[in-house]
Amino acid sequence: MENFTPIQSLIGGLLIGLSASILILSSGKVAGISGIVAGLMQFKNTPKEHYLWRVLFIAGLLISSALYALFTPLPVSEISASYSTLLIAGLLVGFGTRMGSGCTSGHGICGLSRLSLRSLLATISFMLSGFVVTYVLIHVI
Amino acid sequence: MMKNMNTLIAGIIFGIGLILSGMTNPSKVIGFLDITGNWDPSLAFVMVGAILVGFFGFRRAEKTNTTLFNEPIHLPGKSHINKELIIGSFLFGAGWALAGFCPGPAIVALGAGYKEALIFVIAMLLGMLIHDNLYEKLK
Repeated sequence: MENFTPIQSLIGGLLIGLSASILILSSGKVAGISGIVAGLMQFKNTPKEHYLWRVLFIAGLLISSALYALFTPLPVSEISASYSTLLIAGLLVGFGTRMGSGCTSGHGICGLSRLSLRSLLATISFMLSGFVVTYVLIHVI
Repeated sequence: MMKNMNTLIAGIIFGIGLILSGMTNPSKVIGFLDITGNWDPSLAFVMVGAILVGFFGFRRAEKTNTTLFNEPIHLPGKSHINKELIIGSFLFGAGWALAGFCPGPAIVALGAGYKEALIFVIAMLLGMLIHDNLYEKLK
């Protein structure tokens, strides 16, 4: 457990919860990233309000690294997956989050904050799947 | 105007929270998923921290059903369970484990300039389009 960062991860989590609270109480929207992104690709006769908050929230995510780096060095993202693995992973994440109506943020954080049974089952499912696939990748193959 | 500013700030805080917590590092996420190996429970602490604050935010939202700007809030249902929810979540979990990325951290890492994140995000958008425009219409 030498990589364990309980304090930093807890503080980061508090910030994520704060962000989700701001978004629901200010805009009335759920901070589920997969849903926000997918909503950007609904092209047919959609009102401007549908896009605006999505664009703003995603813009915030995109510039957060640059803002963070103004104050302290950005931690490195160690990505070991090959390009082809990233491609398959992205397809699975995109398709799966749409089919399951949410991801780690929408179900795992917002849904569990609301004590939603639906989100609890989704969270258990993607965690279980993640544990099994990781086990196979690291310890079997 | 104020509302739009809040949304942008919420996105920034969300991203900084992901960076600070270590979740934009796929190897750390995989360290959490590797429960039988050198397990790193950090991701569970991120969720606990987020839910600790989110609980109060969403409780207020559900109690009043209106935003601070007096607009109605429409929250998704909590108890509708079907096979899509479970199968979709299993597919998502598999992709999450393969790359160590889920949608939020991938977008933040894309903003930081990682080309691996760009490949992942493009594939993710494609996966979403396939679901919403092909699968949904064929089934």
